[in-house]
Amino acid sequence: MIETETYTINIGPQHPSTHGGLHVEAIMDGEEVKDAIVHVGYVHRSVEKIAESRTYAQFVPYASRLDYLASHLPTLGYVQAVEKLAGIIVPERAEYIRVIVSELSRIASHMIFVGSLAIDLGATTGMVYCFRDRERIMDMFEMSSGQRMIASYMRLGGISADLPESFYPAVESFINDLPGMIAEYHGLISGNEILQERCKDVGILSAQDAVAYGVTGPNLRASGVDYDLRRDDPYGIYPRFEFRVPTGQNGDSWDRFMVRIEEMEQSGRIIKQALRDMPSGEIQAKVPRILKPEKGREVYHRVESSKGELGFHLVSDGSDKPYRVHVRAPSFINLMVLPLICRGGKLQDVITNIATLDPVLGESDR
Amino acid sequence: MVLNEADTRDGSSDVEQLEKHNIIVTTLEKIWNWSRARSFWPLSYGCNCCPIEMMASGAARFDIARYGYEVFRASPRQADLLIVAGPITLKMAPVVKRVYEQMPSPKWVLAMGNCATSGGPFRDGYSILPGADTLFKVDIFVPGCPPRPEALFHGLLELKKKVERGDY
Repeated sequence: MIETETYTINIGPQHPSTHGGLHVEAIMDGEEVKDAIVHVGYVHRSVEKIAESRTYAQFVPYASRLDYLASHLPTLGYVQAVEKLAGIIVPERAEYIRVIVSELSRIASHMIFVGSLAIDLGATTGMVYCFRDRERIMDMFEMSSGQRMIASYMRLGGISADLPESFYPAVESFINDLPGMIAEYHGLISGNEILQERCKDVGILSAQDAVAYGVTGPNLRASGVDYDLRRDDPYGIYPRFEFRVPTGQNGDSWDRFMVRIEEMEQSGRIIKQALRDMPSGEIQAKVPRILKPEKGREVYHRVESSKGELGFHLVSDGSDKPYRVHVRAPSFINLMVLPLICRGGKLQDVITNIATLDPVLGESDR
Repeated sequence: MVLNEADTRDGSSDVEQLEKHNIIVTTLEKIWNWSRARSFWPLSYGCNCCPIEMMASGAARFDIARYGYEVFRASPRQADLLIVAGPITLKMAPVVKRVYEQMPSPKWVLAMGNCATSGGPFRDGYSILPGADTLFKVDIFVPGCPPRPEALFHGLLELKKKVERGDY
């Protein structure tokens, strides 16, 4: 191939396919991508610094706003970290409700993934179908917490309110309809030959590279590494549930897409089991109004969010405010492989790769 | 058209006479505003939670196309409505400003959500601008964190009234 003079194409920060404020500087030779430089920080809201001036309970809404596509998952990570720090034991019923809403938000996040992949690759109709089904989850969140998207439903030591009666028929009918929805996505989106051509063998990430870069979540599993924190380092009541961890073989965009679709099915299974086993009883543990964990204690707690391993590192100085809160953001770390998987590809593959890495910039930039 | 003598005999003005023949007299500016208010072309810009609600308002259940505002444009040069959805960080501020300046006039700005209205929950942060109105003139503020799609529609309909009045 003839090498010509390289030139730069800026994708973002204002670009419909960058999922928020992501800026990718693609260095091109003809139509081939020589290198891709990722610029993050356009949504840096100084969340970690704000945490130092908020009490432990006041930070819960900020945790929800980290990953706004699946707002229950970062909240779960944060409240469990504080509970670990202060030694709070959560009532059984609250644990089950937490699992149900967390898995619902994982499904909602993956639905947005499927929809935004479709719209990024030019299939606007695909997005409409996914958002139609996601609205049913939003309805359930609104029933339980009063907010559609960013629920802040969890509290330190429990949840804010018990599930209303109308929640159960809604979630049951949703879980029963879920296989049908997924079959529809397969027929409409993954059955489309254009989408298959644009995803298969695009952005191949080997298992070795994925582990070396610290990639976690569905992106890691798509590369064939069988690792899921819900099973391998369980938190909460996850050991009680039976589910399969889907993995891919090639680590290309297609596998990243298919792994997420299968994860939606598995989340449905978990919700079914949780609804079956859910006991009645208290939903809130006794937590002091002003929570002052012991001085010098620090914890690191990690949960499997829809993007990967989401960790919270809390340091206490004995006051009612944390001394330091650090968020291990999976989106940020997953984004760092973007140059690696884009090199040698075409310009349109950059868009596919951004979409299938599924970064959420609010969490990446914090 | 030529008015005949019978039309002017009752002492009504020329304009009233024209209306009798189903001809409406107006100014060009009024016609333009009437049509502008019914077909905003929003720019698909956003950088946090609010754009997800913006996408939801474009999707099946809420369907922004009912109001004629569904033509989301990726290029600022084709858009006339900037929906500032999400917080404006110090790093993003020059980009938004430039995007705004690239839009052709007449253009309107709708600040969606608490972050774009006032900085919202992140107002205390060291990297956040306290609202979009520190950068350019904002026509409509839609509060909420994030606002529901219905709230966005309400904001758009208020903006429609404003544009129809020519008040911008």
